[in-house]
Amino acid sequence: MTNNDYIIEIRNISKSFGDKVILDDVSINVKRGEFVTILGPSGCGKTTMLRLLAGFGQADKGEILINGVDITGTPPHQRPVNTVFQRYALFPHLDVYENIAFGLKLQKVPADEIDKRVMKVLKMVSMTDYEDRDVESLSGGQQQRVAIARAIANQPKVLLLDEPLAALDLKMRKDMQIELKEMHRKLGITFIYVTHDQEEALTLSDTIIVMNEGKIQQIGTPTDIYNEPQNSFVADFIGESNILNGRMVKDRLVEFVGHEFECVDEGFGEDVQVDVVVRPEDIYIMNKLEGAQFTAKVKSCTFKGVHYEMYVETENGFELMVQDYNAFEPDSEVGLLIRPADIQVMHKERICNTIEAEIVDANHVKFFEETFECLPHSGFEEGEKVKVEITFSKVDLIDHPEEGMLSGLVHFLLYKGDHYHLTILTDEGYHLWVDTNDIWDKGDLVGINIAPQDIKIIKSDE
Amino acid sequence: MNKRSSWALPYAIFLLLFVALPLVLIILYAFQDGSGNFTFGNFTKFFTDADAIGTFALSLEVAIENTLICILLGYPAAWILSNKKLNRSAVTIVLFIMPMWINALMRTLATAELFHMLGIQLGKGTLLVGMVYDYLPFMIYPIYNILNKMDKSYMEAAADLGATPWQVFWKVQVPLSMPGVVSGIMMVFMPTVSTFAISEFLTNNKIKLFGTIIQENINSSMWNYGAALSLIMLVIIGMTSLLQDNKKEVAGGTV
Amino acid sequence: MKRFFAQCYIWLLLIILYAPIVFIAVFSFTESKVLGNWTGFSTRLYSNLFTGDMQGTGSLMLAIENTIFIALVAAVVSTVLGTVAAIGIHNMRGSTKQAITFMNNIPMLNPDIITGVSLFLLFVFLHISQGYLTVILAHITFCTPYVVLNVLPKLTQMNPNVYEAALDLGATPFQALRKVLIPLLKPGMISGFILAFTMSLDDFAVTFFTRGTIGLDTLSTYIYTDARKGGLTPELRPLITLLFVGILILLIVINIRQIRNSNTENK
Repeated sequence: MTNNDYIIEIRNISKSFGDKVILDDVSINVKRGEFVTILGPSGCGKTTMLRLLAGFGQADKGEILINGVDITGTPPHQRPVNTVFQRYALFPHLDVYENIAFGLKLQKVPADEIDKRVMKVLKMVSMTDYEDRDVESLSGGQQQRVAIARAIANQPKVLLLDEPLAALDLKMRKDMQIELKEMHRKLGITFIYVTHDQEEALTLSDTIIVMNEGKIQQIGTPTDIYNEPQNSFVADFIGESNILNGRMVKDRLVEFVGHEFECVDEGFGEDVQVDVVVRPEDIYIMNKLEGAQFTAKVKSCTFKGVHYEMYVETENGFELMVQDYNAFEPDSEVGLLIRPADIQVMHKERICNTIEAEIVDANHVKFFEETFECLPHSGFEEGEKVKVEITFSKVDLIDHPEEGMLSGLVHFLLYKGDHYHLTILTDEGYHLWVDTNDIWDKGDLVGINIAPQDIKIIKSDE
Repeated sequence: MNKRSSWALPYAIFLLLFVALPLVLIILYAFQDGSGNFTFGNFTKFFTDADAIGTFALSLEVAIENTLICILLGYPAAWILSNKKLNRSAVTIVLFIMPMWINALMRTLATAELFHMLGIQLGKGTLLVGMVYDYLPFMIYPIYNILNKMDKSYMEAAADLGATPWQVFWKVQVPLSMPGVVSGIMMVFMPTVSTFAISEFLTNNKIKLFGTIIQENINSSMWNYGAALSLIMLVIIGMTSLLQDNKKEVAGGTV
Repeated sequence: MKRFFAQCYIWLLLIILYAPIVFIAVFSFTESKVLGNWTGFSTRLYSNLFTGDMQGTGSLMLAIENTIFIALVAAVVSTVLGTVAAIGIHNMRGSTKQAITFMNNIPMLNPDIITGVSLFLLFVFLHISQGYLTVILAHITFCTPYVVLNVLPKLTQMNPNVYEAALDLGATPFQALRKVLIPLLKPGMISGFILAFTMSLDDFAVTFFTRGTIGLDTLSTYIYTDARKGGLTPELRPLITLLFVGILILLIVINIRQIRNSNTENK
């Protein structure tokens, strides 16, 4: 690997604010001239990553190279990058021309050259004749164009864009997406684009980097990311999907929703628990039941413009989302079919909660900074470091946080066809994963109880 | 980014030197006798001196009476000024605010001279009237501000839910304008309880207020006793500002 | 009908409030030494004020000069100190920010007499002889918080990325400060300066305790001593009238500007 292939090399960057880890050992390489999108929900660390690239803030660990030069400690004004800020950050005391000329004047570019370049970038963003306007008299879309013009007037090697279209309305956003893509082609420079809008990412990018909770989840082309998500987070975040618990029976055979399906995945081993992703448009739905792999009853049917979106319930109680160009009446029996290539099988990140703990006495164990009653155990000494395992479905969530042994909030939730898989963040900052049939919303405060018989103590590995 | 927080450092040092240290010195001097030994003497002297206690009580009384009168006169005025139906002119508001910008001593002097010419005997009555003159604008302004900025939909919602105009006023507008009243109280009560020159002018030195005693002691080099009296006043002020802080917390907590 | 009573109430209050000042203004046009005694129309007091030709020693003119000088120095220093401090405070977090904002509030909450006495004790304690310097330091102490309070909102209203945008476009931190931050903070700095200036002009108690015994007088302390001597220098009457008219004009101009500004913003 020669340095020359990459314009940006991010090596093992970590960053925390106080106790909160924002970026956790992130490494990214960006090829010259690529349009790279960092995609993730708010708080995933994508904006922090961009700010480190621009030089607003220092990483705790790791290094950043641009064009093979280490710029980790270089102040922002000496970096060969320019930024388009989320809320434009135009200078309100300067007019359009002066905003765009700001960087050029600092570089002591001759006046006639500044003139030429300002006019050129204004033309590029279709804002000719606006140079004398007060920036605050412009519409959001126009301010956005000026912000882009200001950044590219400096002729950066890399253009950083921090959710530049987030403040625009849908129609304007669509138009600007096309223009940005066109601009990228004309300028030929590298774009690093940060967004939480998956559709935008799929439309614009050569490469998408999906991030969550400070970690990279997947790097790939838009088609890779959409068709072959590497974990349930990516599958859930990008597009609509049915995410289900499954079991790899053997190579090329997977079982889910109570049926066995042929698939194309190999090498998972036999009888291994997995997650299965099926896109709703990949489920074939038909009126006749023969030839179907399994049957279901239509529960609802909604017109979505191009297609219909239907929820169907299988005979053994799994709910699936199906998209089709034809409508199927609610309550009608339908046959369903999924082709092997459309089944995406993923490793499970975990199959139960495994928590570091400490034995308190004969029937108490301490974890998550709280002492829990457990069944009498043998073979463990007081104070011994152990691990406890708790099955997802055995964690009891209640409405009133103060009535639980632990309290926390619903951090993330995933519908798995017949139950919800929740990530709970406890008040002390620990993660706990829970399977439940009850309906919770993201951000709900919950109390957490675990019955003594459901705490399984095992020896610590070390 | 964090580097810029260090810009506050010079001012932080300045504050320590010119705000914190002087207040510490008040406490230090208050508990010392003339030769620098620790003592409670300054306080026992105050609490056993009937004259001093009387002055203290009178100061509090005048301050409370002044504040009450200012609320009674000022609230209706602020309400009328903020009501677009009753008052359309912005000039009247400027006229009410303007006295705040003029040297209080000059205004007081003018008031005292007016009493003098009208042949009114200077005393507690003129003291109160003069103080209301001086401080009424400070009560009207914060109440006007909060009433003026108040979202009209609260009143409309109350009316929509069946409240009569009178009920809208008492059950919605008055409670919501309390923060303005509290800052009005702060702006009126604090200066009145601590004033010295104004009371001297308005009573021709017949009635002494607490501030005057502090000033006399400091000026006649009785620094320790003066510091002790200042500390007592600080406690009163501190208690009054607690009132405001609690109000703020209550208002914040209901959001 | 309701409107009529409301207007009556408002104007009655205003008439009572303004009676003393109008009274002073009327009697500034007569020569009589005693207020309330009309000895015929005259502008002598005004011309005396401007030529400095007074029965007194001319110390009134000196007091006016002192007042303006002290207010100017205090306001300039406060504006610089307060603006720099506000930028620092804006970038602070957590308990240090709370501590410094709390300290910043103290001089505004403290009654003048406490500020005066405490600073008096400070200067005694540090053996600093009191005079111009101590008065100016004391004025900076109670003026700067107002500057900080006027600049801070401008910082919060400001797009947080504007300063970074300047750095991003190649400005050094100093250039970003001079070309972006200062121009954007200017309105807050100006109103802070005006407030500091008038606060200093207005002050009596703090000056009274920190001026020492060198006979330094500002307008306030001059009036105080003068009034306690029993006779009010007649030339103070035109001075009060002029100050009053001056402030009236200033306020009206400011208000008209504000109304105009909000009108153009609405467009």
